[in-house]
Amino acid sequence: MNDLILSVHGLARSFNRRLVFKDLDFSVAAPGSLAITGKNGAGKSTLVKILAGIASPTKGRVTYTADGKAVDADALRERMGFVAPYLNLYEEFTAWENLAILGRIRTGTVPSAEQIGDTLRRVDLWQRRDDLVAGFSSGMKQRLKYAMAILDAPAILFLDEPTANLDADGIAIVETVVRDQQRHGILILATNDESEASWCRERIHLAGRGTDARP
Amino acid sequence: MRAVKILSVTLITLVLIGGIAIPLSPVPQSWFEFPVIPGLEDKARNILFHVPIAWTTVLAFLVSLWYGIRYLRTKDLAYDLRSVSSAGLGLMFCILATITGSLWAKFNWGSFWNWDPRETSIFVLLLIYGAYFALRSALGSDEVRARLSAVYAIIAGLTVPFFVFVLPRMVSGLHPGAKGDVEGSGPVVQFKMAPNMRVLFFAGLIGYSLLFVWLLNLRVRTAQLEERADGQSE
Amino acid sequence: MNALTQTAALVAKDVRSELRTRYALNALLMFVITSVATILFALREDPASPEVLGGMFWVVVFFSAMSGLSRIFVSEEEKGTALTLQLIARPTVVYFGKLLFNCGLTLILTTAITVLYVLIFPQFTVQSVPIFAATVVLGSLGFASAATIIAAIIAKANTRGTLYPVLSFPILIPLLMTVMKSTARALAGEPLVSALGELQVLVSYVLIMTGGSFLLFDYVWKD
Repeated sequence: MNDLILSVHGLARSFNRRLVFKDLDFSVAAPGSLAITGKNGAGKSTLVKILAGIASPTKGRVTYTADGKAVDADALRERMGFVAPYLNLYEEFTAWENLAILGRIRTGTVPSAEQIGDTLRRVDLWQRRDDLVAGFSSGMKQRLKYAMAILDAPAILFLDEPTANLDADGIAIVETVVRDQQRHGILILATNDESEASWCRERIHLAGRGTDARP
Repeated sequence: MRAVKILSVTLITLVLIGGIAIPLSPVPQSWFEFPVIPGLEDKARNILFHVPIAWTTVLAFLVSLWYGIRYLRTKDLAYDLRSVSSAGLGLMFCILATITGSLWAKFNWGSFWNWDPRETSIFVLLLIYGAYFALRSALGSDEVRARLSAVYAIIAGLTVPFFVFVLPRMVSGLHPGAKGDVEGSGPVVQFKMAPNMRVLFFAGLIGYSLLFVWLLNLRVRTAQLEERADGQSE
Repeated sequence: MNALTQTAALVAKDVRSELRTRYALNALLMFVITSVATILFALREDPASPEVLGGMFWVVVFFSAMSGLSRIFVSEEEKGTALTLQLIARPTVVYFGKLLFNCGLTLILTTAITVLYVLIFPQFTVQSVPIFAATVVLGSLGFASAATIIAAIIAKANTRGTLYPVLSFPILIPLLMTVMKSTARALAGEPLVSALGELQVLVSYVLIMTGGSFLLFDYVWKD
């Protein structure tokens, strides 16, 4: 999946008849990154979900192309990573099982032990690989979400509030992930934090309450 | 809409007056008399009210289903408004059809409820309407409510062929056209009605359908005004 | 092919999760035991006819199914993993994975009720085993197909418990009427041909419900 390009045309979404945002037009090409900023309730998470294809826009469309050809949602899903506080992993499984099971559902093939092991080491969860996620702290859960997101070397990575619940070590891990992702793929980051937004090359600000968003 | 109003009121008035006032006669001499149907006698007049109302119930369900599908295709909440308004009217007509039918059943078949296939079908339709509104009240945002209730209406609509085609053949019934009825067969009832009665019957069908169109229009416009008022007060 | 292995992976995940948490299975089996016990109390004095018992069989199936089959989607929604699943699996895979799981669960349920019934009620004599077996299997699949899409709908609502039977019952009435009729035939020992009509209705019910749910699932699943 080379030269992945994400383009957005006339995107609008309403909630309880009120427009959250409207007339969004922008595109991001790999390698590249986009920060989505805005106040609480401006629709950052909603926009990220729509871009990732897990929510539908009220109007407009999101398209992905690679090598000049359209990429369908199913092909993209296998090469997509997503980390957000509202996204949970299975607490009744161990860290290792989560990666093995969810990785297999995502791609149809069981990830190799080496692949899982490397990913767990990257997020510093190797020591706790056989513990149930139910016993994890919220910061460890967040790290495991990063492991799940980067397991299959995503072509596009979505991060919503990337450093939520993380300590200094965790934030360092995120910074590495962000740097790697920008080198070969697309990074979409939604945040309130100015320093996090500055990791990205481009920026879009959602003003909220249905007003136009200025890229 | 003006033509719909006038036509609906005229036709229903015609059916009301004609259906109640025209006398029965064993051997009808003129257009102004109905024949006596043995076993039904004066009770036969109910066919002019019960059947058009039951028909409108089904019509309202289909209209609601249609607008539900339109909503899913367009995501335009105006269609959801039409869908739910139609379902509300359908519920009202459904209750009326049950009452008129139940009364008729009491005096013709001996009890208010017999679980005849058509009685079962209208009972299920009542349950579906009830479930539809219960679901709507349990869903949070307008968009989710519109989407999921449309899906539920379609799923419920999938069971309709069973009630129309299969059930009447499985269980013996009392309505004309049911299994065990020598003359009728299949879902479409062959009415053997006197011509003058048939005119009134079809006038009733059209009159009640137009009444439904009129009421639906009223409900949609009222709801739109309420929405606008809500929007201004904020 | 990929979709098949993904579906298998999802079913495997749900089975593993179920074995570890016993989210649905315990509720289902406890419901079976309580409702059969209630029938026993009610019938203590005079033994019921096979017809009544045959009807009650499906009443027990209905209420037990209503206690457990919604877990498949409700638990994902409650644990907050529905979005994760949405992210990694295409809707078709999710729908068929959940449907297969619920089919398995319903078959376990009806088998358990059959065993209990045969052990407890001497009057419950199945004269025509082929009709009964076909009815139970097709009936279970029919239950699962309707219950799965309704479960997906109510998982998004806020009064899930009470809503589930309310929404499911009207959809299940055609199925219930048909399985009760063909169970009565099985108990009366009629030949298999006499129940062919009912079995055809059951097959078409399963196909219509599954096909319709498959086409509509996207709208339910995706926000």
